[in-house]
Amino acid sequence: MINSPFVRKAASVQSVMLQVLLALVPGIAAYVWFFGAGILVQIAIASAAALAGEAAMLAIRGKPKAIFLTDLSAVVTAWLIALTFPPIAPWWLTVTGTLLAVVVVKQLYGGLGQNPFNPAMAAFCLMIVAYPALMSQWPAAGQLDFKTQLDLIFGGLRQVDAITGATPLDALRTALRAAANPDSQVHGLRAAQLMDGPAFGFLGGKGSEWIALGYLVGGLWLIQRKIITWHIPFAFCAALLVTAGLLWGVRPDAFASPVFHLASGGAMLGAFFILTDPVSGATTPRGKLLFAAGAAILTYVIRTFGAYPDGIAFATLLMNILVPIIDMKTQAPVFGHKKD
Amino acid sequence: MLRKLFKFHGGVKPQTNKERSTTAPIAAVPLPDRLVIPLHQAVGGHPRPLVQPGDRVFKGQRIGGADGNLSSAVHASTSGLVRDVAPAVMPHTSGLTTLSVIIEPDGEDRWGELDKVNYRSTPPDELRDFLRDAGVVGLGGAVFPSYLKLKPGKEGKLKTLVINGAECEPFITCDDMLMRERAGDMLKGILAMRHMLQAEEVLIGIEDNKPQAVAAVQAAIAASGQSGIEAVAIPTRYPAGGAKQLIRVLTGIEVPHGRRSTDFGVQCFNVGTAFSIYEALELGRPLISRLVTVAGNVDAPRNYDVLIGTPMDHLVRLAGPRADTDRYIMGGPMMGVRLPAFDVPVVKATNCILVGSEAMFPAPAPEMPCIRCGECAKACPADLAPFELYWFSRSKNFGKAQEYHLFDCIECGCCSFVCPSHIPLVDYYRFSKSEIWAREREKEAADAARDRFEFKNHRQEREKLEKAEKLAAKAAATREKVAADGATAPAAGSDAAPAAKPAPDAAKRALIEAAMEKARQQKAQAAPRNTEQLSPDVQAEIADIEARREIVAKPAASPLPPQDA
Ligand code: SF4
Ligand code: SF4
Repeated sequence: MINSPFVRKAASVQSVMLQVLLALVPGIAAYVWFFGAGILVQIAIASAAALAGEAAMLAIRGKPKAIFLTDLSAVVTAWLIALTFPPIAPWWLTVTGTLLAVVVVKQLYGGLGQNPFNPAMAAFCLMIVAYPALMSQWPAAGQLDFKTQLDLIFGGLRQVDAITGATPLDALRTALRAAANPDSQVHGLRAAQLMDGPAFGFLGGKGSEWIALGYLVGGLWLIQRKIITWHIPFAFCAALLVTAGLLWGVRPDAFASPVFHLASGGAMLGAFFILTDPVSGATTPRGKLLFAAGAAILTYVIRTFGAYPDGIAFATLLMNILVPIIDMKTQAPVFGHKKD
Repeated sequence: MLRKLFKFHGGVKPQTNKERSTTAPIAAVPLPDRLVIPLHQAVGGHPRPLVQPGDRVFKGQRIGGADGNLSSAVHASTSGLVRDVAPAVMPHTSGLTTLSVIIEPDGEDRWGELDKVNYRSTPPDELRDFLRDAGVVGLGGAVFPSYLKLKPGKEGKLKTLVINGAECEPFITCDDMLMRERAGDMLKGILAMRHMLQAEEVLIGIEDNKPQAVAAVQAAIAASGQSGIEAVAIPTRYPAGGAKQLIRVLTGIEVPHGRRSTDFGVQCFNVGTAFSIYEALELGRPLISRLVTVAGNVDAPRNYDVLIGTPMDHLVRLAGPRADTDRYIMGGPMMGVRLPAFDVPVVKATNCILVGSEAMFPAPAPEMPCIRCGECAKACPADLAPFELYWFSRSKNFGKAQEYHLFDCIECGCCSFVCPSHIPLVDYYRFSKSEIWAREREKEAADAARDRFEFKNHRQEREKLEKAEKLAAKAAATREKVAADGATAPAAGSDAAPAAKPAPDAAKRALIEAAMEKARQQKAQAAPRNTEQLSPDVQAEIADIEARREIVAKPAASPLPPQDA
């Protein structure tokens, strides 16, 4: 028998996930505009792999397929993978990453709602450790036409070094390190001068700053729709700005500007779509602030002092580990026990 | 006049569905063929039957006497013949029976003698006894005996008397109609309560979706010429009518779980209760009828003035139930209970009969895993983390659940209402609470048994010692006698040991007793305080919640809500 309440709001996991997907569309549109339609192929590959992996695991685990396949959570994971992997990653890299995310990180931990780690970010970390070269090839905006992209995704030989460089984040870091070296040609140049190159736009990477703007728009819409709260994006952006601002303020020649950090790489995607994954993230308001601020600082550290093109993925996983304790320590006082 | 209002956290805005039942005035109900009046209708002890089959009763005659100091009387709702005093199915999900007086009306509807009281000249204690015997209980749904709440706090007076006309549950409009049509008399009841509580100010909280009620109450206040009474329109948001939430909205005070609101200078009563206090004191009429909203799957939703004990189907028939009706819910859609039958009686707790069908209240979509989205936490008016409680309840980690304030949950249903995974969260909490109470009761029983056992051991020990003492005394006497008789000394020497024993034994016994007493005290201190040493309000809350819940616990466990609460 059914007990009260007898009425419920029209809400479902599916509609939540659908809105997340919709919110990604502006960013994807910008991606296609500047970098070509290859990303759409990647999204399709990842989505198909995610659904196939999910279906197989649901069958093995004896779970109802209809409701769990249509909840769209696997599709969200797939899109995030496609958007964080290089757009010219070979198809098998995308498929392997997606299957790892869905099968191992999500389903083997118990399926929807049970995974302690963000599946997309776990997949990113695993793949960058396993295939560092392939995961670090990023074409510049407008550099490759659609046919070349397709060849690279599905094709055989990759003369990637000839056609692709590193991400703007990577490029700037390398350049800054070179500039610090007295033997280098670029010695003494400042970050602003280094960013004069063709890979850079007016804020971050050329073209990618517009993608970031697209994510920002979609993310704000999610806040307005009350799918996510303001805490994580706000704390992430604020902490990243402050951390980057401090170092940049002291030595503007040696460190990238805070705005560059915000507009580059996966910062906006991370702030609004990755760290806000409710399953693996912190849940209390104060916990969300801590969680996101921690992720921002780690991101900055990994970007600036590490060897990987971006720090979001590792930062997310590290903070995922801390979620249980963050949640436990940040429970808000309940009714009648507040000090106000 | 603009008053500063406060907010409570969370809450939801379900469709109110209140318009249709407020188009027609309150209607009377023709006498049914029989009335089934359960003796146990209010929180607390089980009233004793005062009539026998075959007795003739007047309208308003007491048929159940209050038992103990947490109980309230029950009366015949009309004149007639007592057919039976027997168990009958009560309006509760469990389908359990309770001892009820079955009356066949004689059609004359004749009152017995009515005693009125002048509350201004009667000592408060007498007034409280009077209200207890008039069977006045909270009509907002909690059915807590009102006389117990009509005591001012330690200071002998109250800052604020809050009157609850918020009526936040969808569909229910009986308080709305009461305020529209009977505001003047209701106000007289409020003035009596204000007198008893020595309350400085009175705030009548009404959700702002009832402008006519607000206007009617304001007009009544103006007509009475009283000062310090205000009808306050508050934002419509469920559960603004929860006592704690309403107190918070009107005064900013949060009364924590387990504390008496009078300790904070406030007390809260429902508008219907105020009206029945007026009837009891000024007309001498005990609580034998109440307003009931019939709404939902009926052609003409409406409010009725209904005699307690009227079979629900008799009443619902007047509103024209639709053909696909398959259930009655007592209360609203957020906190109501689904009833086991159509002919269960209207009781003091029946504020609404929500007539339902599968089409109207479809079963929720299949339950999905929790995605920790936090929607439930955003909606919880008790500021809890419902999904954490859900995890702990699911894993039967009751200790953790209590640490996360399971018992602060008011079972308002907001969390279940918003959950995108359609998890019946409140059911999990009901389950956990019942389990914890059951375990504590078991533990208490076990403790009592152990105490009994220890006491028995102790007694046996003592008896043994006493016997030994007697023997020793006897031996000593014998010895003396022997000595006196001039017998040989060695025999006396061998008997000396037991004779010396009694003194150290007594000391040891005292020690044992002290240790046991200490252990008992420690045990009492260590016992979790969920069922012990609670204020009557909280005990009442527990009893009330349990009464609504048997279904998730063991349906056949107890025929009545627990008496120890
Ligand atoms: S609303 Fe439901 S799914 Fe969301 S956190 Fe609460 S219990 Fe979990
Ligand atoms: S039922 Fe309990 S946990 Fe759920 S919203 Fe209401 S008070 Fe909070």
